[in-house]
Amino acid sequence: MTTKTKARANPERAPLFVGVDVGSSRTKVAVLDARKNLIGYDIRKSGTDFTATADAGLEASLTMAGGDPQDIAYAVSTGYGRKNVAYSKETKTEIGCHAKGCYHYFPEAITIIDIGGQDNKIIKLDEAGRRLGFKMNRKCAAGTGAFLEEMSARLDIPLEEMDGLARNSREMVKLGSFCTVFSATEVLENIRGGKRIEDIVKGLFFSVIKRVLEMDSLSEKVVMTGGVVAHNPFLVEMTAFQIGRSVLVPRHPQLTGAVGAALYALDLGQEV
Amino acid sequence: MAQEKEVVIRRLKTAKVMNQFMADYYYELDEASKSDNKKVAWCTSVGPAEILRGMGFYTYFPETHSAMLGATRMAVDLIPKANAVGYSPDICSYLTADIGAFLEGITPLSRAFPGIERVPKPDVLVYNTNQCRDVQDWFAWYAQRYDVPLVGVETYRNVPEVTPAHITSIARQMENIVEPLEKVAGRKLDMDTLKEAVALSRECSDLWEKCLAAAAAVPSPLTFFDGTTLMGPAVVGRGTQKAIDAYKLLLEELEERVAQGIGAIGEERYRLYWEGMPVWGRLSMHSKLFAGLNANVIASTYCSSWIFTALDPAEPFESMARAYTELFIVRSDDYKEKYIQDKLEFFKCDGIIYHDAKTCPNNTNCRYGMPQRLEKKTGIPSLVINGDLNDLRLLSDEQTKTNVEAFIEQLEERK
Repeated sequence: MTTKTKARANPERAPLFVGVDVGSSRTKVAVLDARKNLIGYDIRKSGTDFTATADAGLEASLTMAGGDPQDIAYAVSTGYGRKNVAYSKETKTEIGCHAKGCYHYFPEAITIIDIGGQDNKIIKLDEAGRRLGFKMNRKCAAGTGAFLEEMSARLDIPLEEMDGLARNSREMVKLGSFCTVFSATEVLENIRGGKRIEDIVKGLFFSVIKRVLEMDSLSEKVVMTGGVVAHNPFLVEMTAFQIGRSVLVPRHPQLTGAVGAALYALDLGQEV
Repeated sequence: MAQEKEVVIRRLKTAKVMNQFMADYYYELDEASKSDNKKVAWCTSVGPAEILRGMGFYTYFPETHSAMLGATRMAVDLIPKANAVGYSPDICSYLTADIGAFLEGITPLSRAFPGIERVPKPDVLVYNTNQCRDVQDWFAWYAQRYDVPLVGVETYRNVPEVTPAHITSIARQMENIVEPLEKVAGRKLDMDTLKEAVALSRECSDLWEKCLAAAAAVPSPLTFFDGTTLMGPAVVGRGTQKAIDAYKLLLEELEERVAQGIGAIGEERYRLYWEGMPVWGRLSMHSKLFAGLNANVIASTYCSSWIFTALDPAEPFESMARAYTELFIVRSDDYKEKYIQDKLEFFKCDGIIYHDAKTCPNNTNCRYGMPQRLEKKTGIPSLVINGDLNDLRLLSDEQTKTNVEAFIEQLEERK
C-alpha cells in the first residue's frame, strides 16, 4: 500500500505523507503534500478494531485529498493504537507528534496542553522545537475527556451541548474533588441543592482546567490541542482567563497529533 | 506495519551461581526451621544481621520474600487479602503482599524450590526502621501471630550529616537488643563471631560495590534489571563467606566483559539512572522496553543500598550503627541530591527515571521537587513513571511505555 516505486495515481498531489493518531476515543488521519499543506483528514471513533478504523480513516482522507494509496510516500502512526496501523512504516509517541504538530503551527518556544480522551499532556518546547520535558496525567481520568463524557452521561446532557451550557453560566459551582467518582457525588449534591445545570457544567470545565494546571508550570506561550479543546472552545477561554493570558489554538486542534505524525512521515519519507 | 525490532539482552553466566546461592540459602533455612535446636530470626533487609550471626541464628528476610511475591506477580491476588483484614491498599505493598500470602498459606518459595512448603517459622523478629515504619508494623503482626518476641532499632530520618550523637544512639539500641536475643538463642553473643560477620559483610559490600561500579564502562556490562536479582546474596548472605565467593565470580565476569567491550544490551545509545524501587512484576517487560530503545538503565540508588563501607570489625556496634545510618534512605534531600548527582557523573548518564511507587514513599524521591532541582543543577533530563513495587493495580503499562518512548525521543533530540 505504501511504496514510492509504483506509478503516481495523481501526480499533481503526490507524493503524500500520512499521519495517523489512533487515540483511545477517536482516530485521526492527516494527509500532507510535500509542501506540508493539510490536504485531507478524517476523524472517527476508534472503536474496537483499530486497524479497520485506521484503514477507513485513510480512505476518507485520501478521497478528500484527491489522492490514491499509491501516492503515499510514507506513513507514520501514533497514539494508543499506533502499532495496529497496517500501512504505517514507523511509530512515534503522541507526545512527539503533538510537539511536532504544534511547532509546525507555532514555531516558537511554547507549552502545549493536550486534553485527550483518556490522558492529558503538557509538553514544553524550546524555540528550536526541541522538547524540554513533558508530563502525562496519572492513570486517573480526572481532567480528561473521559471525565466530561462520564459527567455528560450522568447529567443526561449530550456531550456537544456542554460548551453552550457552560457559556451560559451565571454563577459557577465549585467542585472540590480530585476524583471522577467523588465529583459525580458532588454534582448530585448540587443538583439536589437546586443549582442550575449551566453553573454545574461550568464547574466541571473548571475542574478539568484545575487538574491540567496542577500537572506542571506553564511558559509564556501556551497552545491547547485535543478533542476536548476542539469541541469546547469555552474551555479554552476559561483557561486563558485562569492563566491571565491568551491561549493559542491550531486550526484543527484535534488533528495536531496526526499532523505531527504526517510531518514525521515527511521527514522520514524524504530520507528514504 | 512498523516492524518490531529484535531486542538483544546478554545474560550473565554468573546469574546461575546467584540462583544456586539463593536456593542453598532457602533450603538451609527450611531445614533449620524444621529442626528442634536451630533458631530462626526474621530480619529487615538492612537490619542488624551481623548480630544475629554472632548468636548462630539462621536469618530470614521477609522483604526478599515479598520481592519474590512481586516478581512472580502473586502479590496482585494477595494484597487484597491483607486489605480485607485492615491493612490499607495505600501502605507498603511488600507488607500487604506478604501478610496476604501468610493468610492464604502460600509462598513463591514452593514454586522456586521444590520441597519447601512454607516460610521458616521465626523464633524472634528483628527490625530496623531505617527502611520505613511499615517494617515495624509488618513484623509486629507476625510477632502476635507466632507469639514470639519482637525487638528492633528505631532510626533517625532526613539526616543531613551523621553525627557521633546518631552513632551513639543507634549503637546503644543495637546493644540493647542483645540480651533479649540471647534469651531466644539460648547462648551468649560471641564477639569473635560478630566481628567476623562484620568483616565478611564489609568484604561482601566492597565486592558488590565493585560489581556495580563496573557499569561505568561504556558500554555497560550490567543493567539495573540484572542488578535487582544479582543483589540477592548481598541482602540475605552478607556476613557469610559464600556470598563473597559468589561476588568474586560475578566481578570476574563483569571485568571480562569490560575488557572485551561487551555490553549488556545490543546497542547502548543512552545510559540511564533509575531512582526508586523496581516494579518487580514488570522486570522483564521493563528490561526489554529499554533495551529495545537502545537505552541501558545502568545504575540505581536501589541496588547501591546494600553497600556498607563503614563496617569495621574493630568496632562492630559503632560501625554497624554508622553503616545503617549512612544509608541513602535515611538521609536529607540535600544529601540525596548530591549522591545522585555524583552517580550521574560517575556513570555518565544521559537521563534519570524516577519511579513514583505509590505505596513506598520512603523509596520515592520525586515528590518534593527533586527532579526539578536536579535537572536545573545538572541539565540532565528526567522522567517520572507512576507505578508500584508490588501492586500492579497501580500502574498502566501503556502509559509507562508511552512515557519511556517519549523520553527516549526527547534524548534523541539532544544527541
